This record gives sequence, structure tokens and C-alpha cells, in this order.
Amino acid sequence: MVLEKVAKIIAERIDCDASTIQNETKFEELGIDSLEVIELLMSMEEEFGTEIELEGTKLTTVADLVQLIKSKLQ
Amino acid sequence: MSFSVLGTGMYVPANVVTNHDLTKFLDTNDEWIQQRVGVVTRYISETETAADMAYEAAKAAIENSGISANQIDLILAASISGERVSPAIACEVQELLGISCIAFDINAACSAFVFLLETAAGFFARGYRNILVIGAERMSRILDWQDRNTSVIFGDGAGAAVLTAGKNYLDSTVTVRGGHDVINIPNFMGNSPFFKGVPEAPYVQMNGQETFKFAVNAISQDIKHLLQKNNLEMDQIKYIVPHQANKRIIDMASMKLKIPAEKFYVNIQKYGNTSAASIPIALDEMNRQGLLQRGDLLLLTAFGGGLAHASCLLRW
Repeated sequence: MVLEKVAKIIAERIDCDASTIQNETKFEELGIDSLEVIELLMSMEEEFGTEIELEGTKLTTVADLVQLIKSKLQ
Repeated sequence: MSFSVLGTGMYVPANVVTNHDLTKFLDTNDEWIQQRVGVVTRYISETETAADMAYEAAKAAIENSGISANQIDLILAASISGERVSPAIACEVQELLGISCIAFDINAACSAFVFLLETAAGFFARGYRNILVIGAERMSRILDWQDRNTSVIFGDGAGAAVLTAGKNYLDSTVTVRGGHDVINIPNFMGNSPFFKGVPEAPYVQMNGQETFKFAVNAISQDIKHLLQKNNLEMDQIKYIVPHQANKRIIDMASMKLKIPAEKFYVNIQKYGNTSAASIPIALDEMNRQGLLQRGDLLLLTAFGGGLAHASCLLRW
């Protein structure tokens, strides 16, 4: 559920097919740099209506982002 | 009683460093730096100290203000990259100007210019007449020039303003919220025989992702807050003058706030991030280019190490 939403937002941003975005996909492979990852995270905050603090988390893969969002939604 | 801005001044070192120049010793390239940070050139000191730059900016601001140096009754400066812990840059400027007012520095990193204005407002409330405020940085002193993530961002320079008792500092918001691990600039460690820790390298260390998120939220919160509190619409504001930290921060804040990019005054492409000097340099450029008319409303918004952020509503 979270993965689907995340994949959809990423796909819209970089104009690709959402089904190609998997948990293990690295942002770097998608041509998304580390600041763009935060831009994505901030759109997720609006999408999920919650503030998501990084608290030192490193976001390298889609799974890292999904995990962080899940931890805040619980 | 608060104050009005009487005059502005700035100074940058003679030495211009392009992105291409950096590729000679760093694994980086012009496209990456421009896309990632928005910097094209920066001025990097070869010989000028932060106090030298502060003095030049101060002289220009005093000349622009039309008052004489000895009418100034307080000099407040801010820097995180000066050559000396003591004397303060403000004291060095006072000596170079040959005047006898009180002078001291504050440390609020990249948010410092708004902290300077807020501090000055307190002194105006105590009856001071003319205050010189200066942000001066020789950031090149405190960078690890082998770290391509930080060294490409910053530049050296100074900006100053002469303030006089008046009513144009309309409102402000100041926040400090912890986060020493997000932006950390360790100081020089002496040779204490009793020291038991591990000395940290005295260079700018920054968590780029955390800083980016903090900065965008800081600008967005402060601007919304000041507009709402003062019953203002965005179209009543002539310019937002943000701390020039990274073009991407400004772009993202503009998107988040749904405020057109043209409202934000941006000059990071030319100077890089000059920390405490970025807002007064921007103000001086705008002033001398004739972009500001008396009565124009400006929002100055600054954020950085602390973590801290501070913004104000200023009538020109």
C-alpha cells in the first residue's frame, strides 16, 4: 500500500512506469539525487498528511523511504 | 521604536573561482554543481581576512547612509569564520574606522543577519541612535577543500547595513531547535595535556538531506507565519530575500509555498553561500541596482547551524 503510493509519486515525478519501481530500486538508478529524495519525502508528507522526520535515516533505496513512512504511520 | 535601514555596503575578495577551477583538484563538474547547488562562481579570499572584508563593507555602508562614522554608537558583527576568536570582528572594524563606540560579535551561523537585526532592535529600544551591523565570512578558512559535498557550496564576502532609530523593522520570528549533528563546525582543539576526547576536524560538516529538509520547512513556516500575523498577502511583499544556502532550497520553498520564483531574490550563482554575509550582500545589490523604493515591504528569511531560523518583515 505504502510502496504503491510511493512508486506512483516517484513515477509521476520522473515520468516512468510505476510498476518498474520496486523495493530494492536505488534512487541513484532512477537518476534521483539525494536532495530530490528529500523533495519526494516532502511530497509524501503532504500525501500522507504527517510530518516525517529523518532522524539520521539514510535514504538510499525505495525500501528505505517506504520503511521510514511506515514507521511514522504506525 | 525600532529602526530603519539608512545605507548598505558589501565587499567580496578580488579572486573569482569558477566551477571549472574546482575541477582541477576535486572530482566534480560544472553541471553537477549548478544542478545540485546553483553556484557558478564564488569569491575566495587569498589575503583578505574576515575583518578586512567587514571593514570594506562597513565603509561602503556608512558612505551610502550619509552619516559619518563617529555618529555610530554600536557595531554588531557576526561571523563563524574569522581569523581570531578575539578580538571580535566588530572590535577590529571599530579600530579601523577610528571610532570609539562599543562593539561585539554574535554567533548565529547562517541565520546571523536576522539575529543581528533582532539584537539591534533591542538596543534601539534602549535609546541607541545609529547601529552598524555586519555579516562577514571567510568560509574558505573552515572548509575541507577535499570534500566535494561542502567545498563547492560556499564563498567569502561581507555585507553591512547602517541602521538608524525608526519604525521600519515591523515584525520578526526567531526559532532555535537543536540539531548539532545536522550542521557541525568544530573549533580548533588546543594542546591540552588533559584532553581525553577525539579532536574533530575543524571544517564544515553537514548532513545535506537533513539540512535541506530543515531549511525548506524553516522558510515556509516563517513566511506563512509573518504574512498571517501581519494580515498581509504575498503580492504586498516586494521581495523575499532568503539566505543564499542552495538554489534548490529556495526553489523547493517557492514550490511548497506556491509563491512565484521571481519573488525570491537570488544571487547564489555569483557568490555561493556566504553564510552571515549572504542577506546583507543581497540587500546591498538590490539597493544599488535600484530594485527597492522607500516603503517597499521585504521578508528576510535565514536558517542554518543551531539549528536556528529567523525571519523578519522590513519596510524599506
